[in-house]
Amino acid sequence: MLSYAIRRFLGALPTLFIIVTFAFFMMRLAPGGPFDSNRHLPPEIEHNIEAAYNLDKPVYEQYLIYLGKLARFDLGPSYKTKDFTVAELIGEGLPVSARLGLSAMVIAIAFGVALGTAAALNQNHSGDYGIMVFAMVGITIPTFVTAPILTLIFGVYGLQLFGFDLSLPVGGWNGGALRNMILPVIVLALPQLAIIARLVRGSTIEVLRSNYVLTAKAKGLPAYLVILRHVMPASLLPLVSYLGPAVASLLTGSLVVEQIFGIPGIGRYFIQAALNRDYTLMLGVVIVYAAFVIALNLVADLLYAVLDPRVSYKR
Amino acid sequence: MSIVSHSADNAAAIIAARDLSGRSLWVDARRRLFSNRAAVASMIGLTVVGLMALLAPALSPYGFATQDWNVVSCAPPWWPDSSVMCRAGGAHWFGTDAVGRDLFVRVLYGARVSLAVGFVATLVSLAIGVVYGAMAGYAGGTIDGLMMRFVDLLYSLPFIFFVIILMVVFHRNFFLLFVAIGAVEWLTMARIVRGQTLSLKQKEFIEAARAAGVGSAAIVFRHVIPNLLGPVVVYVTLTIPDVILAESFLSFLGLGVQEPLTSWGVLIADGANQMEIAPWLLVFPAGIMAAALFCFNFIGDGLRDALDPKDR
Amino acid sequence: MSEPILQVRDLDVRFRIHDGNIHAVKHVSFDIDEGECLGVVGESGSGKSQLFLATIGLLAQNGTASGSVRYRGDEILGLPEWRLNRLCGSRIAMVFQDPLTSLTPHMTLGTQIMEGLRSHHHLPRDVAEQRALEILEIVRIPEAKRRMRQYPHELSGGMRQRAMIAMATVCGPDLLIADEPTTALDVTVQAQILEIMRELKTELKTSVVMISHDMGVIAGIADRVLVMREGDVVESGPVDDIFYRPRHPYTKELLDAMPRLENNEGVQTCAAPAADAPNILEVSDLAVHFPVHIGPTATKALRAVDSVSFTLRQGETLGVVGESGSGKSTLARAILQLLPKTGGTVVWMGNHLDAHKRDDLRRLRRDLQIVFQDPLASLDPRRTIGQSIAEPLQSLMPMLTRDEVSARVRAIMTKVGLDPAWINRYPHEFSGGQNQRVGVARAMIIEPKLVICDEAVSALDVSIQAQIVKLIADLQSQTGMSLIFISHDLAIVRQLAHRVMVLFLGRVVEFADSEMIYSNPRHPYTKTLLAAVPVPDPAIERAKLHLKLTEDVPSPLDSRAQLMFLKSRLIDDPDAEQYRPRLVEVAPGHLVAEHDDVTSAA
Repeated sequence: MLSYAIRRFLGALPTLFIIVTFAFFMMRLAPGGPFDSNRHLPPEIEHNIEAAYNLDKPVYEQYLIYLGKLARFDLGPSYKTKDFTVAELIGEGLPVSARLGLSAMVIAIAFGVALGTAAALNQNHSGDYGIMVFAMVGITIPTFVTAPILTLIFGVYGLQLFGFDLSLPVGGWNGGALRNMILPVIVLALPQLAIIARLVRGSTIEVLRSNYVLTAKAKGLPAYLVILRHVMPASLLPLVSYLGPAVASLLTGSLVVEQIFGIPGIGRYFIQAALNRDYTLMLGVVIVYAAFVIALNLVADLLYAVLDPRVSYKR
Repeated sequence: MSIVSHSADNAAAIIAARDLSGRSLWVDARRRLFSNRAAVASMIGLTVVGLMALLAPALSPYGFATQDWNVVSCAPPWWPDSSVMCRAGGAHWFGTDAVGRDLFVRVLYGARVSLAVGFVATLVSLAIGVVYGAMAGYAGGTIDGLMMRFVDLLYSLPFIFFVIILMVVFHRNFFLLFVAIGAVEWLTMARIVRGQTLSLKQKEFIEAARAAGVGSAAIVFRHVIPNLLGPVVVYVTLTIPDVILAESFLSFLGLGVQEPLTSWGVLIADGANQMEIAPWLLVFPAGIMAAALFCFNFIGDGLRDALDPKDR
Repeated sequence: MSEPILQVRDLDVRFRIHDGNIHAVKHVSFDIDEGECLGVVGESGSGKSQLFLATIGLLAQNGTASGSVRYRGDEILGLPEWRLNRLCGSRIAMVFQDPLTSLTPHMTLGTQIMEGLRSHHHLPRDVAEQRALEILEIVRIPEAKRRMRQYPHELSGGMRQRAMIAMATVCGPDLLIADEPTTALDVTVQAQILEIMRELKTELKTSVVMISHDMGVIAGIADRVLVMREGDVVESGPVDDIFYRPRHPYTKELLDAMPRLENNEGVQTCAAPAADAPNILEVSDLAVHFPVHIGPTATKALRAVDSVSFTLRQGETLGVVGESGSGKSTLARAILQLLPKTGGTVVWMGNHLDAHKRDDLRRLRRDLQIVFQDPLASLDPRRTIGQSIAEPLQSLMPMLTRDEVSARVRAIMTKVGLDPAWINRYPHEFSGGQNQRVGVARAMIIEPKLVICDEAVSALDVSIQAQIVKLIADLQSQTGMSLIFISHDLAIVRQLAHRVMVLFLGRVVEFADSEMIYSNPRHPYTKTLLAAVPVPDPAIERAKLHLKLTEDVPSPLDSRAQLMFLKSRLIDDPDAEQYRPRLVEVAPGHLVAEHDDVTSAA
């Protein structure tokens, strides 16, 4: 098991390397550089700036320099946000984004599994239909629509219910206060929750039809034991494989959510960097995100191997 | 279990007594699809939206880029909230935006772009995915292993970042938008096609065809592709809404189509900004887009149930 | 006799499906007495399984049951789940057909066996474990302690089914319902499982319900029999009455349709080819090896077919018999060049066949056709049966016009007993038997000189089986073609074959005229196989000396496996190059692989 984990980990490193390379050269393909707006500067000053950032060297040399620095976890200076290194910017934004993303993930999994299983157990009854319509809504309505609508309901109009003030702040991070997190986390979690619910419903129905569930029932086990022991470990396997893609789409969603709610995470940096052509910052963010996704895929693989004894570690 | 085969036998017996012309699986599927009310309603709804988008110039007296400074951010004439600043008259059924353009026409023109992106990008993903998946599945062995390993690798990447980089690098080229999104969506298609091809390859009827002296090309066209079609059609209908979402997402971030051209994503982004003073600017584009996505999903689910009737 | 354990009255089961209702069980009544074994026999769709699922409240969601089921006098039909749960598993237990899919794949055997005990009797873990070990002993699972920690996929099929029985009996139920418990297993394993069931019945005084399609299985174990057809009980009574004095025509039909080992009336074999009939097929030293991954990089050759040689004369039928893993299907595919061979030669009418020579292959396909096991899977679901039947004509005789093709398709359809008006129908509109006729028609349409039937009737009900076997025999006598008939069922092979080859793990262990094999088998494996076949005659079954084998067939990857019957030459190392038993001619035309004397072999 341990050697399997180590092998998979080592196998992931080249993936990261390919991503770095790909992203690096794609950005170098761009017509025009980050300092285009500085054209009115005298040529020697422009040259100095380029030399300071190694932009005067051939592309392959720049690439090697970048790789060398990356190996020491140095992501270089930001081209646009003066006096900050990329590492500093990411160091500031990452904890915020991670907290947001993780909370959303936990909520999506917990509620998604519960709703999906409940729907499967009530297949083709009203409960099932209700949950599936809700899931369809969650999948089809994009985050940038749910976000303003929820903002409108809870923030601007400040929903009052049974005399309780349910109003929530509509933006800002406020150091990660719970009240500030509620709306962004819900908005971020909703589509994932919906996808997970549909996924789990499908696999649970499949497992419920299997012969071994019939065997378990024939043993006279109470229903909750049949579901917890015999159904869920198998019905959750597709969810485990979905973890990697889920994280990837969660990151996508976080771009929007951080933008709308004004949350100082790395997603917002990425958008700014994209619009400003701040290549080092973009590259830095992509690498961090990719590392995250790869790590989670790794975890998902290991989890799969633990849950399904038929997967052999040997290959 | 036995009940399934039993019912199939019964059905066969009933049909046998009734007529002699065969009922192909496609005919069966069509019958099941058309008895699915949600799917039929969705097909009608989408057709209406599509036709209206095509006929947009004829449906409204206003141009999609014509600005009328007399009606800036005006509510539709029938808007129920009486506290709005101004009401547009005439044929401004959805009200007007911040520069006095008619929202109804803009939603229809947005539909043109969004639907076009949806279809074209899906076609791109279809082409890449089917060729790649079928190749991997048919080749099998080590080649298959390597090819699918590559898909796994891409699958786990936050690929939207690369789309964003592409859009930045290549100056929001409209054509590139299609290609970029299509290039992201082909992965699932490749997986589905490859899985199907692999399992088809092991089916006895393929072996039977080989024993009957049928060549490989004929096997692929006569037996493999027709049997692949079902899952592919289902996935195509489910990819279109995905693509529309991706496009709207890019537009929302300011990386999609550019003014005065518009798409649902652009309209929604505009609307979200002015939600407090002019909610109709969010409600109409968001409502119509959600409805369209709903329709696609219902049709996709309906098709899946129709083509693979496992009594879900 | 005291009151019955189970009293079923007027039980009716219906299923709601898309296009209406299915009446699966129609007002069935019966009793099961203490210590009795009730055999329930019927073909697929007879409702025999649903009857008992309904009895213990395990019908699928779209099913409803009405009537009355009393367990020791208490009504149990329609009880709420929690009340039924006290009964199920503890007083009434069930064993299902397919042991692989019926065991939870992600739980160890131990956990699954102890689970029932712990939830019904609230036993502490160590006591439960003790009980579980005892029960594993009873069902003769060796190394029980180690097996408890294993997962189902790590065990062989027979081992899994024994574990299933252990799981069902661990709480000491007084009624054990076994639903086709041996159908998915090889005959030798089936014999072991049946023996265990018999012991449970006699030693633990458990009442048993044995549901089966196989009259032979029923004859060996049942005290009383219900015969079911399409949801009705058509006849019931003591086992001897049913077998020796059947009254209902359907029961008689079932008994007549059963292929028998001891004689081969019913289907008449084609006359054996004349002694001077030419050899049309010569196979020598044919070998097919598959690489199997045993580690990250290491592979080992699995010898699926290992130096098999034989010749076939024109008009002759060769029976090939073997259990799963014997390589019989691989052999068929290698002869047809559907699989690349590793070594040896296949000579067809004087020409060496080679998968790489296209012209050769074309000629071969004209002469050599195959009928597959699963009738539905071997037909493309998206093409009409007419298109499927016409396919060999189109690819091998492209000069035919459309009308000629259509005329030939219609002609062959009539020949195999299909209405030519069905030419535009699709496979899913037909029953298994009809689809297999389509398969036969497709193989026969180009008038081949040799047809290979690969388990061609194994997936069919007995009555349909008999029809297809007769169809094949008739076609053979009309056309004078040769036949290779591959099956795991010795009785069916007997009906058709002139000569029989017995395969064990890819090698021939015995090869002789049909008469000689069945009347005077020489190799211990052949003897075991023949002894294991259940005979639909209660008297014979009772008189049989039952096997008490616990040994599993070893893995074919283990080089020691092939010396299972020649232990004296064994080198005890799984990777060593072992002695290969040679074939010895013990009588003219009777080849037997070298083996130890049975009495000295353990």
